[in-house]
Amino acid sequence: MSNLLKIRNLHIEGFYENQWQPIVKNVSLELKRGEVLGLIGESGAGKSTIGLAAMGYTRQGCRLASGSIDLEGTELFGASDEDLRLIRGSKVAYVAQSAAASFNPSHRVIRQYAEAPVHHGLKSYKEAEEEAVELYRRLFLPTPEKIGYRFPHELSGGQLQRAMVAMAMSCEPDIIVFDEPTTALDVTTQIEVLAAVKEITEKMNKAALYITHDLAVVAQVAHRIMVLRNGKMVEEGETRRLIKNPKEKYTRDLLNVRKSMDNHEIDPSSDVILNINNVAATYTGHDNVIEDIDLKVQRGQTVALVGESGSGKSTLARVITGLLPRTTGDISFLGQSLSTTLKQRKKDDLRRLQMIYQMPDTALNPRHTVRKVIGRPLKFYFGLKGKAAELRIRELLEKIELNPDAYIDRLTTELSGGEKQRICIARALAAEPELIICDEVTSALDQLVAEGILNLLQDLQNKTDVSYLFITHDLATVKAIADKIVIMLQGKIVEQGEKKKVLSPPHHTYTDKLLASVPKMDPDWLDTLLEERASTYL
Amino acid sequence: MFKLIKQSPVSARIGMLIVGLNLAVALFAPLIAPYEETGVVGDVWETSSSAFLLGTDHIGRDLFTRMVYGARNTIALSFTITGLSFFMGVFMGFVAAVKKGWVDQGISRVVDIIMAFPTLIFALMVLSIMGPSVPTLIFTIAILDSTRVFRLSRAVAMDIEVLEFVEAARLRGEGLWWIIRHEILPNAMPPLMAEFGLRFCFVFLFIAALSFLGLGLQPPLADWGGMVRENAGAINFGILIPLIPAAAIAVLTVGVNLIVDWFLHLSSGLHE
Repeated sequence: MSNLLKIRNLHIEGFYENQWQPIVKNVSLELKRGEVLGLIGESGAGKSTIGLAAMGYTRQGCRLASGSIDLEGTELFGASDEDLRLIRGSKVAYVAQSAAASFNPSHRVIRQYAEAPVHHGLKSYKEAEEEAVELYRRLFLPTPEKIGYRFPHELSGGQLQRAMVAMAMSCEPDIIVFDEPTTALDVTTQIEVLAAVKEITEKMNKAALYITHDLAVVAQVAHRIMVLRNGKMVEEGETRRLIKNPKEKYTRDLLNVRKSMDNHEIDPSSDVILNINNVAATYTGHDNVIEDIDLKVQRGQTVALVGESGSGKSTLARVITGLLPRTTGDISFLGQSLSTTLKQRKKDDLRRLQMIYQMPDTALNPRHTVRKVIGRPLKFYFGLKGKAAELRIRELLEKIELNPDAYIDRLTTELSGGEKQRICIARALAAEPELIICDEVTSALDQLVAEGILNLLQDLQNKTDVSYLFITHDLATVKAIADKIVIMLQGKIVEQGEKKKVLSPPHHTYTDKLLASVPKMDPDWLDTLLEERASTYL
Repeated sequence: MFKLIKQSPVSARIGMLIVGLNLAVALFAPLIAPYEETGVVGDVWETSSSAFLLGTDHIGRDLFTRMVYGARNTIALSFTITGLSFFMGVFMGFVAAVKKGWVDQGISRVVDIIMAFPTLIFALMVLSIMGPSVPTLIFTIAILDSTRVFRLSRAVAMDIEVLEFVEAARLRGEGLWWIIRHEILPNAMPPLMAEFGLRFCFVFLFIAALSFLGLGLQPPLADWGGMVRENAGAINFGILIPLIPAAAIAVLTVGVNLIVDWFLHLSSGLHE
């Protein structure tokens, strides 16, 4: 078979700090018909940039510096805008990470499907419509005849992502570039999208570039995998070979991310510091968002609160912190009942209960320095000033493994995502808390960085005996660090208990579904799972 | 700051030059002016000569002297008024955004009521009742202007208030003042600074308009708007004297706006 896409010695540069700097360095790849190549790496690895370059496109402020991009005999490097317009959509199509942001909210889904083929003059609107329905059926969308006539906001995230995959197929391109199509989705919806991707690449014989940071996901769909780091290729190989027998250390690190960490034993008789009893809360005054919540956290324990988006886990965190007053029930913290609202709480209660957020970018004031961020709770709670505060700030920075001299005077905008999250941890630690609520603290970070953060949290727990209430939708994280697991669905707790008990059968049916949906580092996992589900549901 | 000025574009530098010159003239008025502010030194509407650089006004005062003192009065007045209106508007706006609920409702509705009247008519009404003294002038315009500042700062603060670092400060137990001063204000600075420049110009023009109607600064104090009015009759005789203070107003307005444009550009995050 001949190559559909051939990229040779590609260099891409970005304009940054008043000069052109390399983003992608000397990358070559080939793609045959019916083949899926997975591009994997952390953020900044250049994987999306390469994906876009396959369509002859670069983001604003970037340029193709040198190399060759050969698409079915057409050289895209230096091609005119008109030529590029003709091949985009009809020969190569693109599926973006956030389908919700990629659809025009004021047009019906099917009209957006038909736009490209009608515009390119390939089909009439009527033909396009019929095809769309057929594709929606093949991609397992519910009520395929009707779903296209809805507006984008009337579809769920996973449905929208599949509608977008269908849209990419509308001009029958030979190559599709998938740019992290499942990253923003829950594990259970991720499966649906992966199945759709597989349907397209295998049964319809299309070639694809699949971009992701999750090795277990790409293992399900790709024939070959290319590992990228800092714009350079680290390793390339056939999927099974690469997973079984990685050559480079970096690939091995990526593979090892999901291995469980050594767990510390906690004393079952240690005192309960947080006791939530029959709590319910609402945003509207009626219709409880969460109800019947019973939960205990012991000293030195990590309790993982697991659920899909919309299950009420973040709402529960808001109720515990007092941002959202509970309507019924009681929360006792260190043996005393907490006031329902933030205002009525004592300063010491506030100090003992700290929070770390999902997005470190918005959790830190961009105009503050590291010194001010960490120094403020020291001054606020303990009255530390001047030299004493300075010493304590440096001590805390060392605890979170950042060099005090290099970081103390930096603005928070001058830090990387992982460093920012570490500063957030230091800010929480500065208050010397008994309990830290961690709201999806690793989901905005790359896997290796996230692992560093988890290790740090574990380490700090061993030293200070602090407890964590760990809110997450990522079961791999849960397996790694939790002592106890609480599973939430639609505002209620469906199952809770020690980690071993919850993770081993028999499960609640929902727990079962959740656990089964976590991709395993096994290329056959998705196929097996889909077969199993097909046989049980038919 | 110095580095920032060094990187500024030509347009902003021209603006800085204009504003700088005006400030210098205003500051050193007694040293620059050849005559006394109110002294009648020549004939009516004399043309420019070595004795009177720009000629004389309708009662024979040196126009150049009047321009120099006019700069002083007008700029100082605008500055005080804009400063005051920002102090009130920003403070109220931030309090409304952070407190929300009935505090926000209360302040916002009062502001709506004030804004429902055309500013010029409102000012004319107040000034005719209270009399056009300088403090009345300052407070009237400052209050009217602060309603616009309130709208902007409330909107800006609301965008910032939903970010997690503000929530983190709340959870820490910080009070209203700390949240406004340390979390919101530094992040709201760029749009507010740009707005400050614009408002400064508007106040400037507003005083000129009031002076023109006879309710601004009272004679014999010199101010540019008043000078246009006093000398308006000269136009009938083909004498261009009223155009000189008018031009000064226009040039300073352009200068301030050139700087403001640059600030807007900086705060929008576009650096190319």
